[in-house]
Amino acid sequence: MSCTDLLVVGAGIMGASVALHAARGGLRTVLVDRGPICREASGVNAGTLTLHMTRAALIPYAMEGWRLWTTTRDWLGGEIDVVATPGLCLAFTDEEAALLEARSAARRAEGAPIELVSPTEARRIEPGLSERVVLAAHCSMDGHAGAYLTGRAYRCALLEADAALCEGVTVAGIERSGSRFIALCNDGTRIEAERLVLAGGVWLEPMLAWLGVRLPIKVLVNQLAVTERCPPVMRTVVTIANGLLSLKQFANGTVLVGGGWQGRGDRERGGVELIPENIVGNLRLACWAVPQLRRTRLVRGWLGLEAETADAMPIIGPIPGIENAYLIGSVHSGYASGPYMGQLLADLILGREPERPLFPPDRLLGAVAEEALC
Amino acid sequence: MAERSFDLAVIGAGPAGMAAATSAAEAGLRTLVIDEAPRPGGQVYRAPPAEFLPQGTDADRRIGDELRTALAESGAELALDHRLWWIGEGFELAAVGPGGPHRFSARALLVATGTTERILPFPGWTTPGVIGLAAATILLKADGVVPGERVVVAGAGPLLPLVAAKAVAAGASVAAIVDLARPSDWASAVIRGRSRPDLLARGAGWLRRLAMARVPWWSARAVVNVSTTAEGLSIDTLAVNADGEPQPGTRRKIGADALCIGHGLVPSTEVTRLLGAAHVFRPEVGGWVADVDELGRTNVPHLYVAGDAAGVEGAAAAPLAGRLAALAAVHDLGRLDATHLARRSDPFVARRRGVARFGKAMAGLARLRSGLLDAATPDTIICRCEDVTRAEIDGAIDTGARDVNQLKAWTRCGMGPCQGRMCGEAVGELVGAQVGGRAQAGLWTGRAPLRPVPLEDLVGGYDYADIPIPQAAPL
Ligand SMILES: Cc1cc2nc3c(=O)[nH]c(=O)nc-3n(C[C@H](O)[C@H](O)[C@H](O)COP(=O)(O)OP(=O)(O)OC[C@H]3O[C@@H](n4cnc5c(N)ncnc54)[C@H](O)[C@@H]3O)c2cc1C
Ligand SMILES: Cc1cc2nc3c(=O)[nH]c(=O)nc-3n(C[C@H](O)[C@H](O)[C@H](O)COP(=O)(O)OP(=O)(O)OC[C@H]3O[C@@H](n4cnc5c(N)ncnc54)[C@H](O)[C@@H]3O)c2cc1C
Repeated sequence: MSCTDLLVVGAGIMGASVALHAARGGLRTVLVDRGPICREASGVNAGTLTLHMTRAALIPYAMEGWRLWTTTRDWLGGEIDVVATPGLCLAFTDEEAALLEARSAARRAEGAPIELVSPTEARRIEPGLSERVVLAAHCSMDGHAGAYLTGRAYRCALLEADAALCEGVTVAGIERSGSRFIALCNDGTRIEAERLVLAGGVWLEPMLAWLGVRLPIKVLVNQLAVTERCPPVMRTVVTIANGLLSLKQFANGTVLVGGGWQGRGDRERGGVELIPENIVGNLRLACWAVPQLRRTRLVRGWLGLEAETADAMPIIGPIPGIENAYLIGSVHSGYASGPYMGQLLADLILGREPERPLFPPDRLLGAVAEEALC
Repeated sequence: MAERSFDLAVIGAGPAGMAAATSAAEAGLRTLVIDEAPRPGGQVYRAPPAEFLPQGTDADRRIGDELRTALAESGAELALDHRLWWIGEGFELAAVGPGGPHRFSARALLVATGTTERILPFPGWTTPGVIGLAAATILLKADGVVPGERVVVAGAGPLLPLVAAKAVAAGASVAAIVDLARPSDWASAVIRGRSRPDLLARGAGWLRRLAMARVPWWSARAVVNVSTTAEGLSIDTLAVNADGEPQPGTRRKIGADALCIGHGLVPSTEVTRLLGAAHVFRPEVGGWVADVDELGRTNVPHLYVAGDAAGVEGAAAAPLAGRLAALAAVHDLGRLDATHLARRSDPFVARRRGVARFGKAMAGLARLRSGLLDAATPDTIICRCEDVTRAEIDGAIDTGARDVNQLKAWTRCGMGPCQGRMCGEAVGELVGAQVGGRAQAGLWTGRAPLRPVPLEDLVGGYDYADIPIPQAAPL
């Protein structure tokens, strides 16, 4: 069995981005996923490239992500139907207006090009908006991608970069052989590597357990709903102050409604079922923002699993105490910033200085250790 | 919204569902039947609108009326004109009906949703004037409408002579029947189907009518292209081999103003897929079906399938399968012991096997012929909801799509309002050809809503305060 330079476990946007940049950086790279590439969170997410829903501290990363997504031709190739368009974040009540002001200011302080605008101005930009808007925030840097196309573009780019892509192969555990890592796969193969990246999305928690690292990761079960193709009803990305709506119309006419409303599911079974009250709630919010949507039909709803750490901040960097092992995941709005986050970690692995600070998991492991001591 | 609870909910009021609900209600289960159609009957026994009713006395009408009467007297509750859009574990159901949204719950669920028509795409199949063969039976039966004055009837299976005969009876001229099967296929189907002399006699009646009208019957031929001319449709046909592969150099053209075409029926599995039941690929009964035991039990506790939804066996077998699944549910809910279950089900099992032989023989005539897809050129639309061409599908397979769901993500094929019901067979075949078969290509993941639902009906009238907005996301 030959030994590869780098093994990445999990081919979501995080793992695929790390693998792509590492392979281009000259490492012999193997990327393994138990399913097809980018068919979990990274292929079923809403594809919103908005700063209005991004955690303030992650704004600089999301802006870099936005730049990458809007220039995929230059670095990725393939077609992911990325559209750059302004974003409008709405408030319907006075409390929401106060929240919008505070949140917009915090995001602006991190560099987001967000300005408050009057309801009239918002309706000039987006004529389909309802009369009930009391305040809006405008961001010139917004847009959306066809997330379901992600795997296709990455797959071609990875193969072109000479990365080995193993789809449909489940890693069941990691063994050590000296300083090397050996992935034990369910098809009986063993993949030996000098370096290891765990990029398992919500499954990062069981993956870390292979190495004896305990780091709890919460599983969010996000619902999305899409309408049939309909005549143009909107052209911007519409969100609301508290982050519970994301709404846009794709070029093909379908309107995608999301915002993190929860369905039923778990790490073991995946998404199990939509919660109808939450679909209805999410759709009511959508129709409140863009009333014309009432005339369309709902065609499909689905679920995806999103990972969140205790402090809802990413974990990206070396795994403490295990040389040459790294992790990446739990990035809020992680699709938008994923390509950039992957590039940062690949830089670290390639021995280059990452352009921005990573998010070492030590802070969370410390807390767990202390908790265990109490 | 108040939720109403039942012991058993039956989805679909065709012969299987009607018989199942009748049996279950008679056995004392609080039973609900849901159908999106305005009247019970299903596809074969589709009841025409009330204003058409009085004259009809044909066999379908009589059997349908018997099943409808028994259902009405059984005490089962009917929720007709109900668009069922969501089913949850255990079983909760959400539907929109004439009076708005409705919620139901049931301890057991019996799926009797029948089939969907299979049409394998060929150039021009989306031209106006081309309609499904099964869809044509609906026009002819429920609405008494003839699809055109000069009609070509094409595809495979018993619906060919049925539609042609009904079209002739309704005053249309049938320019030709273009049949994928060869005479020997019909001969062996008739031999296999001799368990139902009554139905064979009906078929013979259609044939007599067609012979009298001098309708040409082109065997072992397929429609491979349709285009529009000033006179109407210009239809190209080619001879085919047993696998449906068109043979070059055998072209025959024919003109018509309507083409009714269908390549068989595919069991409707959206409910069992949504609920995560195990499925198997069984081409001899139409393709993917839930994996059920002889009584119709799936591997999901208290979830049953009966009738053509469990594999095409035909209208005569459907009520028997419905009764069997109802008995299983009555037993599984603790209202019938094992001995009585066996005693009461055994006769139905035997009878069903007999009549199913006929249905299966007929289904065999309309079996999937993969070679037919050779007629689809690169620019032929495969998914008409999303305008996805064969070239786009082949391209996605070339770049690594290895199952139908990955293909769906990469091409949008199957993402439209028909939710993959139209293109599923063609896509399964195209992917399957590259990955070692239909079983390897997989089947669409089941999703809610089960049918497209107007947002208007879902959201209703409300105030902002009525929206249960969760806690704000972290900043
Ligand atoms: C419904 C939904 C909507 C969202 N909307 C947006 C949005 O609009 N904008 C935005 O920026 N972000 C959005 N997000 C968040 C975003 O999708 C995620 O942050 C991001 O995709 C996470 O990528 P990942 O690579 O970490 O995880 P994933 O994409 O989940 O990848 C993890 C991979 O690990 C694989 N794996 C797991 N176990 C094993 C094993 N044992 N062996 C091998 N492989 C294994 C899995 O198969 C999977 O492919 C949304 C998330 C969801 C769920
Ligand atoms: C369009 C069509 C026409 C046909 N015409 C004939 C014919 O003329 N003669 C013949 O011998 N055979 C015909 N067949 C075959 C025939 O349907 C079957 O042999 C027989 O009807 C099977 O009975 P069933 O009870 O299993 O299903 P069906 O009779 O198909 O009944 C299924 C019922 O379920 C309902 N349903 C399905 N999905 C849902 C849902 N999600 N929500 C609510 N309700 C739902 C449908 O409205 C329907 O009433 C036809 C099939 C089709 C598809």
